[in-house]
Amino acid sequence: MSRDLVNLLADLKDKEVLELVKQRLDANEDPLEILEDSRKGMEVVGKRFADDEYFLPELVFSGELLKQVNEMVKPHLKQAVETKKLGKVVLGTVSGDIHDIGLNIVDFMLDVNGFEVYNLGVDVPVEAFVNKVKDTGAPILGLSGFLTPAFDAMKQTVEAIEAAGIRDNVKIMIGGGQLDEGIKKYAKADAYGKNAMAAVALAKGWVGAK
Amino acid sequence: MNTEKKWSDLSWEEKREKRFNQWLNLPVKFSSTETEKLYKERVTRFIKAIKLEEPDRVPVILPAGNIPAYLAGVNLKTVMYDYDELRRAWLKFLDEFEMDTFIGPGLVFPGRVLEAIDYKLEKWPGHGLADDIETYQFIEDEYVKADEYDKLIKDPSDFWLRTFLPRTLGACKAFEKLPQLTAFIGIPVFYVAYFADPEIQAAYKTLMDAGTETMKWMEAVNDVSQKSLEAGLPSFWGSMSGAPFDMIGDMLRGTRGIMMDMFHQPDKLHEAMERLVPIAIDEAVAGSNASGCPIVVMPLHKGTGGFMSNKQFETFYWPTFKKILLGLINEGLVPMPFAEGNYEPRLEIIKDMPRGSMIWWFEHMDMAKAKEVLGNTACIAGNVPVTLLCTGTPRDVKEYCRRLIKVCAPGGGYILTGSATMDRGNPDNLRAVMEAAKEYGVYK
Repeated sequence: MSRDLVNLLADLKDKEVLELVKQRLDANEDPLEILEDSRKGMEVVGKRFADDEYFLPELVFSGELLKQVNEMVKPHLKQAVETKKLGKVVLGTVSGDIHDIGLNIVDFMLDVNGFEVYNLGVDVPVEAFVNKVKDTGAPILGLSGFLTPAFDAMKQTVEAIEAAGIRDNVKIMIGGGQLDEGIKKYAKADAYGKNAMAAVALAKGWVGAK
Repeated sequence: MNTEKKWSDLSWEEKREKRFNQWLNLPVKFSSTETEKLYKERVTRFIKAIKLEEPDRVPVILPAGNIPAYLAGVNLKTVMYDYDELRRAWLKFLDEFEMDTFIGPGLVFPGRVLEAIDYKLEKWPGHGLADDIETYQFIEDEYVKADEYDKLIKDPSDFWLRTFLPRTLGACKAFEKLPQLTAFIGIPVFYVAYFADPEIQAAYKTLMDAGTETMKWMEAVNDVSQKSLEAGLPSFWGSMSGAPFDMIGDMLRGTRGIMMDMFHQPDKLHEAMERLVPIAIDEAVAGSNASGCPIVVMPLHKGTGGFMSNKQFETFYWPTFKKILLGLINEGLVPMPFAEGNYEPRLEIIKDMPRGSMIWWFEHMDMAKAKEVLGNTACIAGNVPVTLLCTGTPRDVKEYCRRLIKVCAPGGGYILTGSATMDRGNPDNLRAVMEAAKEYGVYK
């Protein structure tokens, strides 16, 4: 039964997924198990994305499906869900840039791979990054950017992290449309990731997970 | 007896030859016989590259975006609001750089007009973005809901007037109160009466004033274009078009919306995209007729590798886009898609076009592979990394260009340019691109 939900979600069978969730809730199954199955299903989606089997449309679709599952399960939850996470990552598109497609893919992939993601959204002022890294104690900061203004905004963000005296506590990765290794050097970040899978690999490496 | 064939009876090559001739022989008062000679040389250089023949040397499109503003000591915000400064900045650039073509400030929109119409689709410096940002940015949203495709399919003009404009131009919100204006029952008072509505009147008044303001801006833009032509620099920006998937995804439904539609209502999406094909073709033809330049610039967004699979590209993106490409080619125009992102996975698909009919401008691309796959089909352009242009040294830029030329130039069919355009940075990096073409790109 539980394998079914994992597979159905991974295969994006929306009607069957919702029907099965309803059945399991009606049968008074532990809602936490349903959520755990959904998590596993999304993990498979993430894996298929990494393997070029799924692309952005499938991520969008599965994300919407998961949202519906969560809505159904929520009223049945008696306690807050606690899952063990690999680590915290603060994420955002740098100041002056409002693009979020790549940002959200990275958020999705980090999330399904077990990270606790603090996504600050787009056009994020440098202070907001500094404050969030301080507040959460996150060991990883991901900076996204699509356009050329992002080059300088990334540099300024890294400098602000330095000025706040927390540069040694946090690894900084950058990624997005027009970036490359050259901008990593220019911005003095720790790594450049070509895509969301690279971001996951970098983050896992930094927290010592496999 | 008139032996000239009717336009519609000409082959696409014949039509294109006519347009190329028109481009070569634009009625321009050149500043000297020398500039006239240079103009013809430059246009010929591009034409040969397009036809996959060897020109005298590799032609260059300087990857200069809004950098003329920066180099004139002002910024995008200033030139969006001060048309004299706009003119000064671009003319200064024209004066100081050697080029094969000059891109005028036609896409540096007048800020006051965008404000007056309360344009919702862009943020610009001082209006949603910090004052010193050198580009606009597009605001995606579901301006049109999932169940509204039928309105677009049934009557795109009516959809544009009563659904799209009221939601994306704050000043035109009242248009949602308009009746269907195709009133075939034929009784004028039925529809004329609506124009008494004070809000509808105010909307039209705002558009009229915005039109007047646009003309002030256009005077500066036209002045710059005229002066660049007189200086012997052809335009390469004849008109614009794009792919239906992007038109709907960018402007109407948003990325999330259109991708959900791929699953939930693929037929509606296909029907809507088909509906846009002839409209987009007509729009580009009109643009190139007006400019006298046959190149149709087509920025592409959502069909890039990583965003969708090849199968999704071939199902949803390519078919209607290809219809537009072929429609433009059949009108004698030269489509130049700017393939944002990574089009490497698409090379085998996009090569299926008439030989020498178009230009592909690539951002991220293994250009050796592009040359190998497309070399016998299409002219390719690109792709000095904009990161290098913005943060590298002139020496690095020149060396990068040298390697690109070595790989892409043999046999013709190559235009040297950036992976995107520069908005600020070292102007000598732009000069290095031109230097490289002259030093390494001469055909013997």
